[in-house]
Amino acid sequence: MSTTTIKPSGNPGGPGDRPARSELQGARLPRWSPYVIAVGSLAVACGIGLAAGLDSRIQWGLIAAVLFVGVSYALAATVEGARQAKNHLATSLVWVTFLLAVVPLASLIYETVKRGSEVFDGYFLTHSMGVVADDEPGGGVYHAIIGTLQQVGLASLIAVPIGVLTAIYLVEYGRGKLAKAVTFFVDVMTGIPSIVAGLFVLSFWILILGFDFSGWAGAMALSILMMPVVVRSTEEMLKLVPNELREASLALGVPKWRTILKVVLPTAIGGITTGVMLAVARIAGETAPVLLLVFTTPLINTNPFDGAQGSLPLYIYQQYASGNQAGYDRAWAAALALILFIMILNLVARGIARWKAPKTGR
Amino acid sequence: MDIPTDTPPKQSPPQDSTPSTAEQKRNARGATRPGDRIFLGLSRGSGIALLVIMGAVAAFLAYRASVALADNTGNFFTTFEWDPAGLSTDGKPYFGIAVLAFGTIVSSIIALVIAVPVAIGIALFISHYAPRKLATPISFVIDLLAAVPSIVYGLWGAIVVAPNLTGLYSWLDDYFGWTGIFSYEGGAPRSLMTVGILLAIMILPIITNVSREVFLQVPKMHEEAALALGATRWEVIRMSVLPFGRSGIISASMLGLGRALGETIAVATVLSPTFLIQASVLDYGGGTFAQNIASKFGEADEYGQDALIASGLVLFVITLLVNGAARLIIARRKEYSGANA
Amino acid sequence: MKLQRMNRRALTLGALAVSGALALTACGSDDTSDKDGGKKTNAASNIDCEGAKGKLLASGSSAQKNAIDAWVANYRAACKEVQLNYKPDGSGAGITAFLQGQTAFAGSDSALKPKEIEKSKQICKTSQAIDLPMVGGPIAVGYNVPGVDTLVLDAKTLAEIFNNKISKWNDKAIQKLNPDAKLPSTKIQAFHRSDESGTTDNFTKYLKGAAPAAWPHEPGKSWEAEGGQSAQGSSGVAQQVKQVEGAISYMELSYAKEGVKTVDLKTGAKEPVKATVDNASKAIAEAKTVGEGKDLALELNYKPTAEGAYPITLVTYEILCEKGNKKDTLPATKSFLNYIASEDGQAVLKDEGYAPIPAEINTKVRETIKGLS
Repeated sequence: MSTTTIKPSGNPGGPGDRPARSELQGARLPRWSPYVIAVGSLAVACGIGLAAGLDSRIQWGLIAAVLFVGVSYALAATVEGARQAKNHLATSLVWVTFLLAVVPLASLIYETVKRGSEVFDGYFLTHSMGVVADDEPGGGVYHAIIGTLQQVGLASLIAVPIGVLTAIYLVEYGRGKLAKAVTFFVDVMTGIPSIVAGLFVLSFWILILGFDFSGWAGAMALSILMMPVVVRSTEEMLKLVPNELREASLALGVPKWRTILKVVLPTAIGGITTGVMLAVARIAGETAPVLLLVFTTPLINTNPFDGAQGSLPLYIYQQYASGNQAGYDRAWAAALALILFIMILNLVARGIARWKAPKTGR
Repeated sequence: MDIPTDTPPKQSPPQDSTPSTAEQKRNARGATRPGDRIFLGLSRGSGIALLVIMGAVAAFLAYRASVALADNTGNFFTTFEWDPAGLSTDGKPYFGIAVLAFGTIVSSIIALVIAVPVAIGIALFISHYAPRKLATPISFVIDLLAAVPSIVYGLWGAIVVAPNLTGLYSWLDDYFGWTGIFSYEGGAPRSLMTVGILLAIMILPIITNVSREVFLQVPKMHEEAALALGATRWEVIRMSVLPFGRSGIISASMLGLGRALGETIAVATVLSPTFLIQASVLDYGGGTFAQNIASKFGEADEYGQDALIASGLVLFVITLLVNGAARLIIARRKEYSGANA
Repeated sequence: MKLQRMNRRALTLGALAVSGALALTACGSDDTSDKDGGKKTNAASNIDCEGAKGKLLASGSSAQKNAIDAWVANYRAACKEVQLNYKPDGSGAGITAFLQGQTAFAGSDSALKPKEIEKSKQICKTSQAIDLPMVGGPIAVGYNVPGVDTLVLDAKTLAEIFNNKISKWNDKAIQKLNPDAKLPSTKIQAFHRSDESGTTDNFTKYLKGAAPAAWPHEPGKSWEAEGGQSAQGSSGVAQQVKQVEGAISYMELSYAKEGVKTVDLKTGAKEPVKATVDNASKAIAEAKTVGEGKDLALELNYKPTAEGAYPITLVTYEILCEKGNKKDTLPATKSFLNYIASEDGQAVLKDEGYAPIPAEINTKVRETIKGLS
């Protein structure tokens, strides 16, 4: 490309774009060049794929990605020079990683929605399995939704305050042995296999203390799984709050606890919410501890402190394991319900976080 | 990383809504204000509560594991077999974790190697590259994906992903088969590599979400300063965003790794396990701790359960080592943290 | 202050979410009879509730899950006072839970081991736990070979296939048993269960019992042979057989559908035997009781000569104490077991792909149930 297009302004949007001073600018690739390169490398990759008889679409995509990155780098290097070429390389790499990731994720969502919508309707959402056996059509997911709502809710009630306060302790107060010990155990527990947490609660709560299977027992195991994730992510977000903010607040004579509550937490609230939602999402999809502790029932039980309850992930697992079309349909529909549930929760949490967070530059 | 505990001398408390103003004046010398004391007590109490719970879990596991290990006739670390019921050894328990440790580490490394760069890419894309209109929906979709339960990843992996990998694997075998690592003999592609790829997709949203939050916290001043010096966008990222976010990225990766190491049902659904260690990551075989626990737990008797718990304990040690290493790296780069003082 | 106002708004939103969730709890229903579901329920069947009420928990074998599901549905319709939950999390887990006193009875694919009987004396106080055979079922061998619609194999060939001695579908041994079939040269991809399971236990017992020379491994719940591919659960191996050309695996008959073809077994009889419910019943009829006292553990004959007896068959037991069962759950347990052992109860099995227990054994089971205390 020999044209030395000189445009008065570059791409709008992101920072780091060309300063708009045409006389001082060196040679530039035209604005449309990334699109052309992208289309070109896609076409070439398809050609190679067809010619070489590669049957896996994944390979086609990979070839296209490599071509795109390589060509944009080479072009930028010849036209614009090394520094700009590096910039182009980074930009194209970021785009490529994004596209690479979007493909499987989109496929996952597509499959779930397509397979899940078979039986997903009002009836499905408002009825339990009742007397429907797993190998015949019909039935619903209501009992499992109630169960998961209550179990996850109870687990969050235990784990979020403890987790966030612990993180505050670690970042704002903690030195010494206690902080070290807490950090140590949080680290250990991030990799805890969920079934092990379930076994722990089973031994203490049900076998030693003699309580019955209940949603509450499951919630306790889930909260054990949830705490390390909450602590770890909250800790990280609190550390990012600039010290200048704390110092400014303290210098004004605001007590430390009010500084933490009114300055530090609101600044980090977006990140903390993300962390908590990640933790909720993780435990909402747990099967093993629920199977051990909540037992499972196809009927509605709205009391999490007494008797077996249903649970969405368990429902999905059992419907899948029943190995027939009606079961598969219900499994995917329940997966869709679970994802929607988390999505709504996420939206609400983010809404609250946005309200509470101070306005930033972005 | 802390603010000195003795609060600076105060001149004029600006709050008008606090009832405890008088008290604050009285206690102006140190952090002895009741509010402070209560709050410190609360957060320290939570820390202790968490410590007690986690300690109890660890102690419980250690106890049950010791029961299993006491009777094991095989070497726990080098035995290539899992037979706590002693089927082929006249009822004497014989089991070891070599294969599981290998499989867990290999699949998690594959997952991290794939997921971390891609996740950083997406996080940067959302925070610095994408047009605003695109960034919000994308970060929402990524949030959503963190919410997909593992059983769904498992189903999707077994039905959609695995069958599509055969071509890629034979291709890898054609060009890199000589390394041994990428040799592929055919058979359903239900290997450690498949597990690694699936795990990478599963942990991608976690790493992306946390990294994105970190990148968004980079002080604008740093970036503007770099821009003012004529840096390209990449140079801004390399010089101000990445160093600032480094500790966050590592923490995010550790959170992702935690999920990858402990992932159960998705791995059990896509892996075709064997109790052998092999060089090739493309051929079926291998196993992971969590997958082995899930597969054997239903039919295990109490001793069998203890043996499985013992294997779970090794997972803890691995997690601990990795996290310790990560903390060391973070500690060395602490100067970039906001709360470092 | 502004922040506080926002606080309030957030609170309102939270309260809205909570009340929404509460409102949700009011609109669900357990009544599924208005749609096409629950067809199998016939509340007319004469189930004697014996005045039982309360909660009844049981867990164990997933192989008998569909049978239990159907029974529970019928029982629930008749005896509304009893809340029965069966958790299909595996025989071993079921027995462990029962021995720890968590459940009223356990379901298991294999009879109690001597060690477990010994242990049961703790929970049963004056007596010990016993096995009651309730459900039989054929284990089908499913395969995926395009163009081959019927396939006959015998124990020796099966053992060699699963032991990786035979690796191609057009092997001489297979061709000899199927002279008319056009066998391709595809590689055989034998799948076994990656999880421990009673199905594997029964399948390997058959291989060992019928072809000891070709199957040198110990039978057991986990797969002892080297190599071979595997998948999680019966639904997992069934899915692989559907997906992978050249695949072969074993699974309960109810999973071998929607395109999975099953192998006919060459036994001591003249004609190859199909994997059907009736043929499994014939094989169970040839079994002998090996349990002592009230224990009715069965041992199958793996080399049957009777026409149409399908020997790869699985018998699942309900396990509970002979005496000394928990008082509060005993009436409900007895009433439920009485129902499932009755003619009505056993008649449900065939529709679910299971084999009823032959009358002779079943009579003994019913007598034993009467004597439970």
